[in-house]
Amino acid sequence: MLHTVNKSVFERNSLQSCVNTIDDSSVILLIEDGVISAANNTKSSVLADLAAEGRVYALQGDVDARGISSKVADNIQLVDYEGFVDLVVEHGTAVSWL
Amino acid sequence: MYLNRKAPYGTVYALESLEVVLIAAAFEQDVSLAFIDDGVYQIVEGQNTDGIGMKNFSKTYHALGDYDINQLYVSAESLEERGLSADDLMPLVYEDEDDDWAEKPSVKIVTNAELSKLMSEQDVCLSF
Repeated sequence: MLHTVNKSVFERNSLQSCVNTIDDSSVILLIEDGVISAANNTKSSVLADLAAEGRVYALQGDVDARGISSKVADNIQLVDYEGFVDLVVEHGTAVSWL
Repeated sequence: MYLNRKAPYGTVYALESLEVVLIAAAFEQDVSLAFIDDGVYQIVEGQNTDGIGMKNFSKTYHALGDYDINQLYVSAESLEERGLSADDLMPLVYEDEDDDWAEKPSVKIVTNAELSKLMSEQDVCLSF
């Protein structure tokens, strides 16, 4: 499954709930304010294990808009809108964590 | 004092705050801004919105100095928590009319304790 998270880890617990709930084959795509969780910061541990397994993505346009492209963790993969579509096709059912 | 707590673009709070700040300044109010929590992302340098098709309003913060808005306070704790530093922020400045129009920085990094003191000195605090 594909899980999208659109809220900052500093503002809502949606990312933590998502991480707590998903199965081993799921991937996470961070979009909108969710990309703040892709930057190296004091909350990076929430995503560290999943990112190490290559299961975390972030939308490039949203990262660039917030001026944090140089802060994104090395093992989080950046995708454009076409990449977003590819993830949907590849992983089937998508869940939005709002 | 305007309290800004939200990241830009994901919600409309940041842009709305900026609009109200400019309107207040036009009515010659004594305006200051505080950036705390994810609000610090509003004045991060290098924002590029080409990929999301939204207006990049970060440039407007550079105009604040021309409206005599030169008290921008940023929470040191909020920056640090997010892996950010003063170097990641836009170099916002104003021209000091009492000092031969010398260009001076508008942004001041403050601790949350200093911020709470500043807030207590305000007539009005508006939160966004």
